[in-house]
Amino acid sequence: MPPTSRVLEFTVNRTRRRYAGLPFRRLIDVLREDLRLTGTKEGCGEGECGSCTVLLDGAPVNSCLIPICQVQGRSVRTVESLGRPESLNALQQAFIDTGGAQCGICTPGMLMTATAWIEHGGSADRDAIRRCLAGNLCRCTGYQHIVDAVTKVARRGSRR
Amino acid sequence: MRGAAVSMTVLRPKDAREALRLFARRPDALPLAGGTDLMVAWNLGSLNNRVILDLSLLREWSRITRTENGLRLGALVTHAAAERHPLVQRHFGLLVQAAATVGGMQIQERGTIAGNIANASPAADTVPPLAVYDARVHVASAAGRRVVPILEIFAGPKQTTLGPGELIEAIDLPFLEKAPGRQMFRKVGTRAAQAISKIVAAGLLWTAKDGAVTHVRVALGSMAPTPRRLRQLESYLVGRKLAADTVREAAALLAADVAPIDDVRSTAAYRLATSQRLLEWFLTPAN
Repeated sequence: MPPTSRVLEFTVNRTRRRYAGLPFRRLIDVLREDLRLTGTKEGCGEGECGSCTVLLDGAPVNSCLIPICQVQGRSVRTVESLGRPESLNALQQAFIDTGGAQCGICTPGMLMTATAWIEHGGSADRDAIRRCLAGNLCRCTGYQHIVDAVTKVARRGSRR
Repeated sequence: MRGAAVSMTVLRPKDAREALRLFARRPDALPLAGGTDLMVAWNLGSLNNRVILDLSLLREWSRITRTENGLRLGALVTHAAAERHPLVQRHFGLLVQAAATVGGMQIQERGTIAGNIANASPAADTVPPLAVYDARVHVASAAGRRVVPILEIFAGPKQTTLGPGELIEAIDLPFLEKAPGRQMFRKVGTRAAQAISKIVAAGLLWTAKDGAVTHVRVALGSMAPTPRRLRQLESYLVGRKLAADTVREAAALLAADVAPIDDVRSTAAYRLATSQRLLEWFLTPAN
């Protein structure tokens, strides 16, 4: 039987990490418990709600559905890679300005899915933004304010 | 109970040969690709103490390539990769539409088309399109390889005809000889995004200049223990013009090829009535 623990290497928010624990722990648990990156939230644990969304090599994924062994050699970005509390990035600021952040559980996941959208040159088309965010559930805002926030930043991006 | 990582054994083959060899030795292992179904079950604690065959290092299985007369999707091709691929977009539009309705982006980025097949849900959204495109599934084991028509992979809900040690290696999609005059992908669920289908339908239709049907292929999911092609409807329609009464007759033949049930998502009566209307809509020339 091959060894069940083997050292894994990957980057999280541009920092190289070595992981020597169990290979079938979930990415979200390694982020929160080992690396103390508690910005990423677990909602449903079934891949339905998107609140645990992080970027894996730039693509939005549910960190509750990824065993850490599959992160070997790859790059992870979490909400901590965006702005700091004292200097929020444009998307975070837009969420606050439009009322897109309320209870906050879905917010880190929303921000990461929206970050992928913005960074891949996504348009300010509201329907397209809604489709992009379809895998992120919010029980507070009714989505309008979230779509407003992403639209605002996407519009700014397209003017650059 | 939650999944306990300490109870799991993970096999991580580097290439297909090694994967097939390991699977032959441990046919009880659970193949893992994108994990969008397997990890849900694991999180609920129902897969503890199992052996996992992680296929994610098999780079050679993550490609979309051209064959002599079509495209080959490696078993690790994700829904998102299929959606973005220019040749898939050009030739297999219904598959692109279906892939875009599977969960949200997060699921599409991880979940594979082959996983959607191997998981064998009667509600799998990509299967009706694969069925009307006459997809062929390449199955491999340490003992050899075989090619299986897509619908023969399914034995029942969550059950396949894959034998011990067999893995899906690729899916072949033959190009259509002629562009269809009309095509349909429709999914009926409780919500536009992220819902499991109550009904999922795909159709391709070719007609002659005089309006008579020359060729038609229709497939439905969530309407029987396995996805189905509507052979009765298909053979009835060939050679006929799509007059209103012919369309009604044809749609009524649907019952011969399906066996819908009442379940958590819908009822047999709703499924039958709604899919009949979907077919009438698809077959009516004005639409």
